[in-house]
Amino acid sequence: MSDFIITAKDVTKVYIMGEEEVHALRGISMNIKRGEYVSIMGPSGSGKSTFFNMIGGLDTPTAGEVTMEGYKLSELNNRQLAWVRCHKIGFIFQGFNLIPAMTALENVAIGRIFAGVAPAQARRDAADVLEKVGLGHRLDHLPSEVSGGQQQRIAIARALVNRPAIILADEPTGNLDLKTGQEIINLLNEMKRELDITIISATHDMKMLSASDTVAWIKDGAVERLAGKGEFEIEVGSIDGQTVA
Amino acid sequence: MANHNIEEQVGIPWGIAFTVSWSGLKRRFMRSLITMAGVILAIAFLAYMLISDKIIVALVAAKDDELNDLLQKSNVDIFASSATDSMMLLLIGLSLLTCLVGIINSMLMAVTERVKEIGTLKCLGALDSFIVKTYFIESSLQGVIGTIIGIILGLSVAVGIALVNYGAYTFSYLPLNGIVISMLAALVIGSGISVFAAIGPAYFAARKQPVEAMRVEE
Repeated sequence: MSDFIITAKDVTKVYIMGEEEVHALRGISMNIKRGEYVSIMGPSGSGKSTFFNMIGGLDTPTAGEVTMEGYKLSELNNRQLAWVRCHKIGFIFQGFNLIPAMTALENVAIGRIFAGVAPAQARRDAADVLEKVGLGHRLDHLPSEVSGGQQQRIAIARALVNRPAIILADEPTGNLDLKTGQEIINLLNEMKRELDITIISATHDMKMLSASDTVAWIKDGAVERLAGKGEFEIEVGSIDGQTVA
Repeated sequence: MANHNIEEQVGIPWGIAFTVSWSGLKRRFMRSLITMAGVILAIAFLAYMLISDKIIVALVAAKDDELNDLLQKSNVDIFASSATDSMMLLLIGLSLLTCLVGIINSMLMAVTERVKEIGTLKCLGALDSFIVKTYFIESSLQGVIGTIIGIILGLSVAVGIALVNYGAYTFSYLPLNGIVISMLAALVIGSGISVFAAIGPAYFAARKQPVEAMRVEE
C-alpha cells in the first residue's frame, strides 16, 4: 500500500449546460502524502473548488478516480461516505458555517454525536477541543456573539473533534483580516504538528503558501504547476514583485 | 471487498434529534412564533366555534325565560339543535386548510433559509434520516404548541363573549364535559394537521446535498 493518503487519478468532470459541455476538470492527477500541508491555488472558475469537493466526496468525477487511504470514494455508498466525512475528514469553510442556533460547545459536540458518542461525553470532548483552540471561556456563546476569528476557531475545533486524518479547508482565511488570518494559519499548523493530520486547503491567500509543503496551481481544469517547499518560496517573492509592479 | 475499515454511519436516535430540535426552536423563538401564528389563529377559530356552540346549546337547554330573551336578542335560534350551520363548517374547513398550507409554506422557507446549515451538518456526518427527524420534530412541535395556544385563545374568547351576552348564566349552565370534548377535538385536529404538514418539508430538507455547505453567499 502506498503512503499516499489521497490519490487523484485522471479526474475529469464534465457538466452539461444545455447543449454545451463544460469541462470543469480535464484530467487532474495528484498524490498527497500523509501529514502533508497542500495548498490548492487557482482563480475562481479554474476548477479548484470542483476538485476540492471531490477530495471530500462531495462531488463525483465524470471519469477518473479519487482514493482515500486506498479506498475508492466512488465505490462507497451514502452511509459509508457519511462515515468518512464524520471520522476521516474535518471540514473548514470560508464562511465558518457554524449553526447559528447552537452555542460554541453544541456546534462542536454535534460532530461528536454524529460519531455515535453519547451527548454528555460529546460535550466533554467538545469542551476539551475548544480549550485547545483557545476558546475555553466562550463555550456557551452563540456564534453571533463572538468575532470572526473566534468563529473560525470554533469551526476548527469542530473539524478536529473526531480526530480526522485530513482537514479540508476551503478558503479558511477568506473572510478574515490579515492578522486574524495569520493566527488561523498558525493554529492550523500547530494542530497539524500536534495531531499529525494532513491539511488540504483551497486558497487565494499568499500567507498560506509559506505554511504549505506543496502548492498546486490549477488553471482551466488542469494542474498547471506543482511545487514543493523551497521551490515556491522564491515564487512568492516574484508573485509579490509582480503585484507591486 | 477492500472496504474493511470504512464503516457505515450509524443513525441518531429520536431522543437526541428531539433535544437538538427543541433547543434550536427556543433560540429561533421569534421566527417560530411567525410560523405558529397561522396555526394559533386557525385553531383558535375552530376551538371558539366548537366551544361557543356547546355553551349556547347548554343555555338553550336550560329553558329559562329570561335567558331565552337574552339568547334571542343575540340572534340565537332557540329552536335549532345547534348554532353551527353549514356556512360555519365551511369557514372552519377553509381556516384549517389555510393552516395546513401555512405550515408547509413556512417550513419550506425555513429549509431554504437553512440549506447551507443542512449541507454543513451532512459534511459533519449527518445522515438523511437525522435531517428528516429534526425538521419533522421542529415542524410538529411548532404545530402542537401553536394548537395548544390556539385552543386556550379560542376557549377564552368563547367564554368571554358568552359572559358579555349572558352574564352569570354562562357559569350556571357551563357545559364542562362538552367544552373538554371540544378542546380535545381541536387538539387532535390541530396536531394531526401539523404533523401531516411536517412530513413533506422534512424530506425536502433531507434531499439537500452536503456540497451546499460550500456555497458562498455574495
